[in-house]
Amino acid sequence: MQSDSLELKIKTAFQRPAFNFLSFGVVALCLLMALPVMVIVGYIFVPAGDVWQHLADTVLKDYVSNSLLLMLGVAIGVLVLGVGAAWQTSMCDFPGRKIFEWALLLPMAMPAYIIAYTYTGLFDFAGPLQTLIREMTGLGYGEYWFPEIRSVEGAAIMLSLVLYPYVYLLTRAAFLSQSICVLDVSRTLGNGPWRTFFTVALPLARPAIIAGLSLALMETLADYGTVQYFGVSTFTTGIFRTWFGLDNSAAAAQLSAMLLLFVFILVMLERISRRQAKYHHTSQRHQAIVRFKLSGLRGVAAFSFCFVVLFLGFLLPAGQLLYWALTTAEESLDLDFLILVWNSLKLAGLAAILALCLALFLGYANRLQNGWLVKTAVRVAGMGYAVPGTVIAVGVIIPFAAFDNAVDAWMDETFGLPTGLLLSGTLVALLFAYLVRFLAVALQTVEAGLGRIRPSMDEAARSMGCKSQEIIRRVHIPMLKGSLLTALLLVFVDVLKELPATLILRPFNFNTLAVRAYELASDERLADASYAALTIVVAGILPVILLSRSITRSRHEDTT
Amino acid sequence: MRVKFNWVAVAVVSLVGLTAAQSAVAADEVNLYSARKEKLIKPLLDRFTHTTGIKVNLVTGKADVLLKRLQMEGKNSPADLLITTDAGRLHRAKAAGVTQGFKSSLLESEIPASFRDSEGHWYGLTLRSRPILYVKGRVNPAELSTYEALADPKWRGRICIRSSSNIYNQSLVASMVASSDVAKTEMWVAGLVKNFARPPKGGDRDQIKAAAAGQCDIAIANTYYLAGMLTSKDAGQRAAAEKMAVFWPNQNGRGAHVNVSGIALTKAAKNRANAIKLAEYLIGEAAQKWYAEKNGEYPVRAGVAQSSVLEHWGKFKMDSLNLSRLGELNPDAVKLMDRAGWK
Repeated sequence: MQSDSLELKIKTAFQRPAFNFLSFGVVALCLLMALPVMVIVGYIFVPAGDVWQHLADTVLKDYVSNSLLLMLGVAIGVLVLGVGAAWQTSMCDFPGRKIFEWALLLPMAMPAYIIAYTYTGLFDFAGPLQTLIREMTGLGYGEYWFPEIRSVEGAAIMLSLVLYPYVYLLTRAAFLSQSICVLDVSRTLGNGPWRTFFTVALPLARPAIIAGLSLALMETLADYGTVQYFGVSTFTTGIFRTWFGLDNSAAAAQLSAMLLLFVFILVMLERISRRQAKYHHTSQRHQAIVRFKLSGLRGVAAFSFCFVVLFLGFLLPAGQLLYWALTTAEESLDLDFLILVWNSLKLAGLAAILALCLALFLGYANRLQNGWLVKTAVRVAGMGYAVPGTVIAVGVIIPFAAFDNAVDAWMDETFGLPTGLLLSGTLVALLFAYLVRFLAVALQTVEAGLGRIRPSMDEAARSMGCKSQEIIRRVHIPMLKGSLLTALLLVFVDVLKELPATLILRPFNFNTLAVRAYELASDERLADASYAALTIVVAGILPVILLSRSITRSRHEDTT
Repeated sequence: MRVKFNWVAVAVVSLVGLTAAQSAVAADEVNLYSARKEKLIKPLLDRFTHTTGIKVNLVTGKADVLLKRLQMEGKNSPADLLITTDAGRLHRAKAAGVTQGFKSSLLESEIPASFRDSEGHWYGLTLRSRPILYVKGRVNPAELSTYEALADPKWRGRICIRSSSNIYNQSLVASMVASSDVAKTEMWVAGLVKNFARPPKGGDRDQIKAAAAGQCDIAIANTYYLAGMLTSKDAGQRAAAEKMAVFWPNQNGRGAHVNVSGIALTKAAKNRANAIKLAEYLIGEAAQKWYAEKNGEYPVRAGVAQSSVLEHWGKFKMDSLNLSRLGELNPDAVKLMDRAGWK
């Protein structure tokens, strides 16, 4: 009985439209998550002097146009690669499909700046391929045409190759969960695979595709390593240049605020597209998918598509890393290296669990509350994903240090017990930064999962006498399992690769694989960096495979 | 829902545990924020610990952000020392008020005055030169003279240099502003940009590789990158580096541009004595020699045996500009490079 009255209380609390306990909690949590970003945005009120005039006169145009070009290129790239691969592996049958299903996720484990380094090593003017061309043809510089890898287009390709798995992952999950009836209807109406794809499956999967796309684009906006190495001036490089080169943190923060405007537009677009697509499958009757059998030339085409994507996104760069590791690296496997691995896994694991908890809380609150206040708060909490890690890290340092120093001063004054720095320079600060940065990933995935649970299912369960707990246990958890795992693993892999915040916020004597790889690579010792980079990739592969299997299995369970 | 709360509990408990583990402190230690990468500082720190018994706690990172961290942490900052790889940042740290002056007769006698702060806020540890590198056979060294002369139209399409976002380029340009003025330097940069063989991209090694492969005839890069390539295990890098020769510019004038990696004592330093001991250790002969051999940097201390690679490039006249000026002039340098179109 007690649980009933508790449930009633929760229910009434959830359903009360105005301000209440839950929405207070949500807003407070979101504000906390948005704190670093707000600290930075707060700088827009600090006068930046004449720097803006200088920026507008000289480089701002480049920052804007390059950032937009890059986003456009990555959008096209990840859509073609991600959606194409997802459709083929989930709805078609061709040789090698079972391997591609999980292997196509592997590029996700490859940090963007690492793939940029390896491609430059291979395809640059001084690289082996062009050298070979010159030796064979006898031509010199400028006498033959070769695409310039270090350009905006090159950067877009690099980012597309490692970011398409976001789209692939979410889209594939959506295709697999699509009620087969809808597709059957399409087929019985005489539509071939292409028509079914464009007129039925694609529109139905649109929320998932857009969610994946917006993740990829936010990651693109936050990228620093790739564009910096390629010499492409974007907002991110501009922020750093203004801040460090011109020594003007106010103007740099104002540039960051402009970047956030981009993000905001992106988020809004995603929202709008999702609003229009608020439909749920009316039939959950899943049957085993009857895949389009691709034989002959079409099979070869599907195979080639998937293979090329996998080759360019993973096999080629990983092969180059392996080659470096075996031939030229001076690094070796020792105890220190194992500690690096352990540190990386520990941080990634903790951050993933925390992010999932927060995302679940916010996702449910959003579902139950449905007020503009909560909705906005949840959106704001996810903004950190598009902000460069360095900016987030500084946004974390400032309030944490201020808090620590205030506590220290107060304790010293009242009790004569100075506490020093409590949070700054600890893993707490670092984990907080990860959450700020990657909450969006978990949130998008969890919300996409929650979106598939129709409200009518809750109602049906309730009408059959299920209590809230039971609904969660018997309806929500089974249906959400895939999304939860996806969220967990996405954050895990992201944190594994994360660099700038780790670099800035980690405690004394604490290193991770990403830090090690970066330190060597930024010293232009790419070959030496290969060990750590490869280990990041390997550590990322296992969860990626797990993830893929669970998605496939979720489909099988549905069908039995 | 209960499941979720358990997760939260587990997370909180592990966080508290982690924090507690972090705050355990040893008695005899010194804390270092270093913009030098771990690989190029940790071995020396280990030796220091071995000889003195003083434990060194290390965080590496980018200089500007470490500086920000110091600033925000204020008087409670755990850091005793800050190491950066260029003088501009040391100057910036001093200007931000996070360092303090200290006296050490050893440091003052061994380090030339232009490579340390006049009030003892920072001391240079190693010298890093940025001369002109040219491809043997394609450039006659008699044609080369000064940095200024690289703006001459005869070098059209023949020069490789990295982005102006890079601090070494910013320092080089700042040193030229110091030797003349903003307007003249801007004209020089405009001329230099016209001579670029390609839009700036990549790092210093990339410029060397591009020159060796025939994309340009001259590369401007720090010498330790060339040294690193010469001793690389990668045959391709060695071959590229061997095609290059070093030209020391401005030898009849102010001398070739040099910068320092250096060390500063933080204002919040709680292990002051240990910190000074470490600074003195890094200026000791063993450490100086290690940097010359391991990373091809020039010892800041006179009379230290140099590595064979450095010997091979010969002695040269260094710009004696007090390096604090590089920090002061850095914003001017960046702005004029923006205006002159150096990407």
